[in-house]
Amino acid sequence: MAEKKWMPRWFYQLASPRWCYEITGKLLPIFAIAAVATLLVGTIWALAFAPADYQQGNSFRIIYIHVPASILAQSCYMMMAVAGAIGLIWKMKVADMVAKACAPIGATIAILSLATGAIWGKPTWGSWWVWDARLTSMLILLFLYLGIIALNSAIENAQTAAQSTAVLALVGLVNIPIIKYSVDWWNTLHQPATFTLTERPAMPSEMWVPLLVMVIGFYCFFAVAMMLRLRNEIIQRERRSSWVRDLITG
Amino acid sequence: MSFESFAEFIDMGGHGLYVWLSYAIALIVIVTNIVNPLMHKRQIFIEQASRLRREKPKS
Repeated sequence: MAEKKWMPRWFYQLASPRWCYEITGKLLPIFAIAAVATLLVGTIWALAFAPADYQQGNSFRIIYIHVPASILAQSCYMMMAVAGAIGLIWKMKVADMVAKACAPIGATIAILSLATGAIWGKPTWGSWWVWDARLTSMLILLFLYLGIIALNSAIENAQTAAQSTAVLALVGLVNIPIIKYSVDWWNTLHQPATFTLTERPAMPSEMWVPLLVMVIGFYCFFAVAMMLRLRNEIIQRERRSSWVRDLITG
Repeated sequence: MSFESFAEFIDMGGHGLYVWLSYAIALIVIVTNIVNPLMHKRQIFIEQASRLRREKPKS
């Protein structure tokens, strides 16, 4: 990799575990403050100030957890697959570590999405669960995460584990557009996407602005959780190197 | 403010259980995702520090 430098400089810096450890140490407090601020403001706004839905009443407030969780569960999967691919192609250790750090966070967020969906479904549809395309493809996303975690822990060699999970993650990537278009391709109780890139949200701004704040909050939270796991992974794998030794004896 | 009183806020128009349960699960998921790696980090540092102490006299 060192002989042909056709990628920007930061790409090669990213490949250095030590540089990553230092930069995430600087970024962590920024994202932590941003996450606490946005989630706090967003939650109070969502629970107390956003108007109730004229049909669903106050159960509508579950949207402020359900939609950010669902968006994040899918984004996290895409990040994991892309990081895995970078690890496969450029043999970049840090990318493998990022992919590994994403899996458990994504799994818990997928559980949150499914759980809040079920809780919202009960008062709205009269059922906790229906086997429609959107819910089933989301359940498959959770199983993909669990499969990736299991596969990663089953293989002892870190590099082989990273390669195998990257391939599984890339194959599972086909599920992401299925989740996205499931509400258009099949008849469903599930409502279509709240946010699209091309149109204004169908709901009034008093409803979608706090939702946007919550989405940003969830992304900031993800950045914090991911960097914490990544840093643990870095010090574990680089424990033989002198800079980690200095860090620990510090 | 969408509610007249605190009791009304807790009740959420009869959907209190659903709404508060959703937010409680979200809180649990967020907190565990932060606390878990922090505790793991402490454990790694303790383990590595004791390994370094064991290895030091030999070198």
